[in-house]
Amino acid sequence: MKLAYWMYAGPAHIGTPRVASSFKNVHAIMHAPLGDDYFNVMRSMLERERDFTPVTASIVDRHVLARGSQEKVVDNITRKDKEERPDLIVLTPTCTSSILQEDLQNFVDRASITSNSDVILADVNHYRVNELQAADRTLEQVVRYYLEKARRQETLDQSITEEPSANIIGIFTLGFHNQHDCRELKRLLQDLNIEINEIIPEGGSVKDIQNLPKAWFNLVPYREVGLMTAIYLEKNFGMPYISVTPMGIVDTAECIRQIQKHMNNLVSNKTFDYESYIDQQTKFVSQAAWFSRSIDCQNLTGKKAVVFGDATHAASITRILAREMGIRVSCTGTYCKHDAEWFKEQVQGFCDETLITDDHTEVGDMIARIEPSAIFGTQMERHIGKRLDIPCGVISSPVHIQNFPLGYRPFLGYEGTNQIADLVYNSFTLGMEDHLLEIFGGHDTKEVITKSLSTDTDLTWNYESQLESNKIPGFVRGKIKRNTEKFARRNDITNITVEIMYAAKEALSA
Amino acid sequence: MSNKISETLTFECETGNYHTFCPISCVAWLYQKIEDSFFLVVGTKTCGYFLQNALGVMIFAEPRYAMAELEEGDISAQLNDYEELKRLCLQIKKDRNPSVIIWIGTCTTEIIKMDLEGMAPKLENELNIPIVVARANGLDYAFTQGEDTVLAAMAHRCPEQNILIDKKKKEIQDSNIEDFFSFLSLEKKEETIDKPFIKSNKNPSLVLFGSLPSTVASQLSSESKRQSIQISGWLPAQRYTDLPSLGNQVYVCGVNPFLSRTATTLMRRRKCKLIGAPFPIGPDGTRAWIEKICSVFGIKTEGSEKREEQIWKNLKDYLDLVRGKSVFFMGDNLLEISLARFLIRCGMIVYEIGIPYLDKRYQAAELLFSQNTCKNMSIPMPRIVEKPDNYNQIQRMRELQPDLAITGMAHANPLEARGINTKWSVEFTFAQIHGFTNARDILELVTRPLRRNNNLENLGWNDLIKKEKK
Repeated sequence: MKLAYWMYAGPAHIGTPRVASSFKNVHAIMHAPLGDDYFNVMRSMLERERDFTPVTASIVDRHVLARGSQEKVVDNITRKDKEERPDLIVLTPTCTSSILQEDLQNFVDRASITSNSDVILADVNHYRVNELQAADRTLEQVVRYYLEKARRQETLDQSITEEPSANIIGIFTLGFHNQHDCRELKRLLQDLNIEINEIIPEGGSVKDIQNLPKAWFNLVPYREVGLMTAIYLEKNFGMPYISVTPMGIVDTAECIRQIQKHMNNLVSNKTFDYESYIDQQTKFVSQAAWFSRSIDCQNLTGKKAVVFGDATHAASITRILAREMGIRVSCTGTYCKHDAEWFKEQVQGFCDETLITDDHTEVGDMIARIEPSAIFGTQMERHIGKRLDIPCGVISSPVHIQNFPLGYRPFLGYEGTNQIADLVYNSFTLGMEDHLLEIFGGHDTKEVITKSLSTDTDLTWNYESQLESNKIPGFVRGKIKRNTEKFARRNDITNITVEIMYAAKEALSA
Repeated sequence: MSNKISETLTFECETGNYHTFCPISCVAWLYQKIEDSFFLVVGTKTCGYFLQNALGVMIFAEPRYAMAELEEGDISAQLNDYEELKRLCLQIKKDRNPSVIIWIGTCTTEIIKMDLEGMAPKLENELNIPIVVARANGLDYAFTQGEDTVLAAMAHRCPEQNILIDKKKKEIQDSNIEDFFSFLSLEKKEETIDKPFIKSNKNPSLVLFGSLPSTVASQLSSESKRQSIQISGWLPAQRYTDLPSLGNQVYVCGVNPFLSRTATTLMRRRKCKLIGAPFPIGPDGTRAWIEKICSVFGIKTEGSEKREEQIWKNLKDYLDLVRGKSVFFMGDNLLEISLARFLIRCGMIVYEIGIPYLDKRYQAAELLFSQNTCKNMSIPMPRIVEKPDNYNQIQRMRELQPDLAITGMAHANPLEARGINTKWSVEFTFAQIHGFTNARDILELVTRPLRRNNNLENLGWNDLIKKEKK
């Protein structure tokens, strides 16, 4: 047992529906008790999704506990098949079904006989994998299922497209700025004259999965989800993949160079050369390279920062801060414990120390010890920063509704470098402004001085009403006090009691 | 009476495939209500993830609740439950020093049959801190019923009535001694002055049960004081150490419709007398509630009719907005019957009342009151659907096109995109909706989508989904 207040990565059964519901026309059915379909709320609220989230629960209740699910799961699958006609139904186990140890595979087999949809059981164990690992596995599982199916039905066309093309793997729902990143990647590939073959899972159809091998290569922008799929495709179809995250100027260039290398390996009659493109973009399209030369950025030299997040974002941001902006990263860390080796290797030489943990108190203590000028972390670090009065830029999930901006805010590609430069610079200047204010004793007027209504009256608040008013949340207390006094004066009341307070509330409908 | 209800009311029961919050969410408001408590949710990452997402900002404010996160070793019994819980509770005691630790049992503890009720008393003795066990799990309960399980468990911890009277006597004796040193304890003296006042209650002890924000609780208290009814205590009180005394002379009355287990426990185990009344939601409900209590105590109410009228008059601007509009309750927090009754009285038409669970005995007075309200407003009683099926409900809504759907957050945005106004039902649980004073707050919530849409009406973008390609 572990005493826990907060967690960075969610449970496995969040990861699976994140992948499933990202595909078009795929339905996830969770074998779960009432209330475990919280995923729907997150998707509907955070992503501001217009459509009903294609996830339902096959409810586990007392009856299921007593007699097993029996027909229930199968019925729910076939019912969903009739109602929504999805291409695929993914049965998703939860922590509850993990310990009930029902033979879910059997339900799947039975249901797939009667339903027109394909039915699979997500191969994830709640107690062994977290949200991100589960998403990675589920994506690979779905891809494998459809490619093997196509192979059996001999509909698999393995020839690659005439023109260079790429698959983008790992863009999905509730991902940190994933939608914007996807658009930016599309633009990048377009600039390089590379066609987009398929994007999975976001917006993709499972029917098109069999086209995946037609691409020249796979691009896996995020380390957490998609890598398993890319490795599977490499092993079985000889497809090369690029897993350098194009975040920051240097890594974006590196990613493009790798693309160039793979493409030159594939064709012999033609050479691809993107160096001039990289040069042009770096110097003039992206403002980040210029920014790092400008005196603004000079002021940031040697400032201390702390980075924490998922492996992809934390590693990339660490390198951007250290390599591209000359900021001293005192500590960098990730909660992706399963990927610790890779992470350490990536940030080696770019930071003073690393912290691999999924315990937010450890992260908080580290920040308090180091006292950096700015933090780049998740929503949790933002709150730690608030408490310690240190500004924080959010660079990674776990996320908040604020991290689903309506405006265009990619982290990847050349536009991404601009966004990151803004984020970094704004965090630091805010910190510096604060600091200067402190030194020079703040702004001219610290408080707005207003003539309080209660100073020049003969109204008295009795003991209970004072107690009562203290219970009112601070930010509305003043208003309620004023309204009450206004009401009292209007009614020639001098002694304010709790009853008067309520009467005032009713009268003024405040 | 219950027969009469079932004759005319139609209850339906669907599949139970509906969206609601897990009952462990009750820790969110209960830890704030009971100031000296600590809630320990014994469950998995799933529970933790739900809590941290559902409670949003609160999680960062050093809450007095935590997860005892079960790991694989706990599930396969390689670790000793008792030792593990002892370790965690010791830590909690050291860090926070609460007056009570409340263990929330979850689905997982049910399935692996962890004997929380058996371990609690032992550990309680060992650690010398009360441990209350509430099984608020998604296998058995929905959303607000979580509070019901906690309060039912807490009812066992309320002191016996007689014992407390003895204690009080002793305290008074003590304070008499202290009176010699009255210059030392100014506050104590005030207390002793208050005491005879409390003692002079005319009505027998009345304990109200249900967790309400303290301002709402004192509003209801002062409301009953108007009718010269003294409330002797609340379950829960602001602090665990102030739990009210119970006994066979004590009358109890619920303030919320989802407290049927608590009511049963109070009647059967603590021998209290339950006053079955409509719930004080809306001015009509509040008046009926207070009048029912008065009638039990043989007190003639004074001015309650006028007071109700006054409140209705104050609501006029909102009533003009809602009159004639239709509502559809998808159902997820058990407040539905009372809210529907209030909205019908406001002149709205209710198409369907979805509700997770309906205790027809505990809600009998409310149901009867709803029926009478329908009769007075001369509209038919809406259908009540227990354990609704959200998919079917959405089909029905598509046909009915209600002016307002009161629904969970999972469906709100998709419905809005289809041109159906929605109000999140969760807000009714967290807003202050009880008593005369707060009637306006209910309508504030209900009319918000309507008012918003009055502003946006003519912009031509009410239906915002792409038409299906056929």
